[in-house]
Amino acid sequence: MAAALVMTLSGAGAQGAHTPPPQVVKFQKQEKLVEAKAPPLTEGIFPCTQCHNEKVNGKLNTARRELQFHDDIQSEFHHDSENRWCLDCHDAKNRDVLHLTSGAAVTFTESYKLCGQCHGDKYRDWKRGVHGKRIGHWSGEKTYFLCVNCHNPHSPKFKPIKPLPPPTRPSEMKR
Amino acid sequence: MNPMNSSNNSGGCGSEAVDPGRRDVLKFLAVGAAMASGAACDLEGFFRKSFRELSPADVRRMVTGWERKYSRKYGKTVTVSETGPMAGVKFGYGLDLSRCVGCRRCVYACVEENNQSRKEPQIQWIRVLEMDKVHGIDLNHSDIYYDAAEVPRPGKFYMPIQCQQCDDPPCVKTCPVGATWKEKDGIVVIDYDWCIGCRCCMSACPYGARHFNWAEPSLPAEEMNPKTHVLGNRPRPKGVVEKCTFCIQRTREGMYPACVEICPVGARKFGNLLDPESEIRQAMDTKRVFVLKEELATHPSFFYFYAT
Repeated sequence: MAAALVMTLSGAGAQGAHTPPPQVVKFQKQEKLVEAKAPPLTEGIFPCTQCHNEKVNGKLNTARRELQFHDDIQSEFHHDSENRWCLDCHDAKNRDVLHLTSGAAVTFTESYKLCGQCHGDKYRDWKRGVHGKRIGHWSGEKTYFLCVNCHNPHSPKFKPIKPLPPPTRPSEMKR
Repeated sequence: MNPMNSSNNSGGCGSEAVDPGRRDVLKFLAVGAAMASGAACDLEGFFRKSFRELSPADVRRMVTGWERKYSRKYGKTVTVSETGPMAGVKFGYGLDLSRCVGCRRCVYACVEENNQSRKEPQIQWIRVLEMDKVHGIDLNHSDIYYDAAEVPRPGKFYMPIQCQQCDDPPCVKTCPVGATWKEKDGIVVIDYDWCIGCRCCMSACPYGARHFNWAEPSLPAEEMNPKTHVLGNRPRPKGVVEKCTFCIQRTREGMYPACVEICPVGARKFGNLLDPESEIRQAMDTKRVFVLKEELATHPSFFYFYAT
């Protein structure tokens, strides 16, 4: 009798131990990051070397100055314009690429590396998906935008935009 | 004998809670009326059980009925999905207040995606509040009717508010008929056919996130989004409550909500709170985050943060 009781108790205990723990299901994501297509450069302007070559221009002048060309960019240039100018980002020797402060060349499609030199915090957040925008699937294929998809590199601050109409006030609605 | 015990089953999910004989009578009546008026799914909808008690087969049958009805009404192929929550997913939303410029693109993207009534009544699930920077977040002195040539206006900041998908939702607690509940992935949903339109949930919601169809919703057929979900953006009848569902018809298919896709400044983040690598978790782990009206202990799944 006592043995049976013990058996029953231990049986119950064992059953208690077998109660499945709260199930934690790990979500299987098939995430795939796709780079957005960089915005097109001004038509007819690339490759830059079709104009910027020593045969056309003679000696290379790297002094900061008002240019006779690219006046559209010069007029809108607001990117620490007091301290910086074209050749701080554009490579003087090869105009088809940009360059880092180290002198290393960076293609136009990888310009975020250049931006990240100064804007390190934004660069870090962007890589995590906190800064910038991603579209598509939260759990699958998603497209991430490059810095230049949203910001004009020559004038990166967002311009004010017109808001869409406000909601109708209850007093303006039909009864 | 207690009539509640007269049927020989336990009354669990999807089982026959109604006496089989009575059910047959109802079916017979429904079929008869359908032949008379051609409104089969409306009558069946009227006599059906609450959504959570329906068997998958019942849901499928209802969905097919709605698809037929909506396709006829709007003159295009309308799909009604009944996709359930994904295992291991709890949705979370992040909104970067240091980025939002108050342009209301999200408001109208939401209206278009979710088939809200365009006007009379005008229903918008997202409200954008304009507030003074010097006063900080002060809901009593906020303005949702601001109209400006350009935003952001100097000295102002903007705070969009939509359903916060609370973990302890006051709206669900107050619903007298159980027409609204929280799903496993965190989305608070409404069964539009079960809602009696008492609007208790609207007064219980501290975020003003629930909206009422005072009249037959106005939804132009050419603007109707034909990709719908049973518990989301399918067309609503007059006299029911509706609200943001994190775009259930998109997010349960793995897509971002419409407001995330449209935001021109990338202020909106969405993802799985259980995935430490998700954008929402990255924002929560690295930024200053708060929830709206934390003191009410509603435990929102919607997080406001400041990236800078």
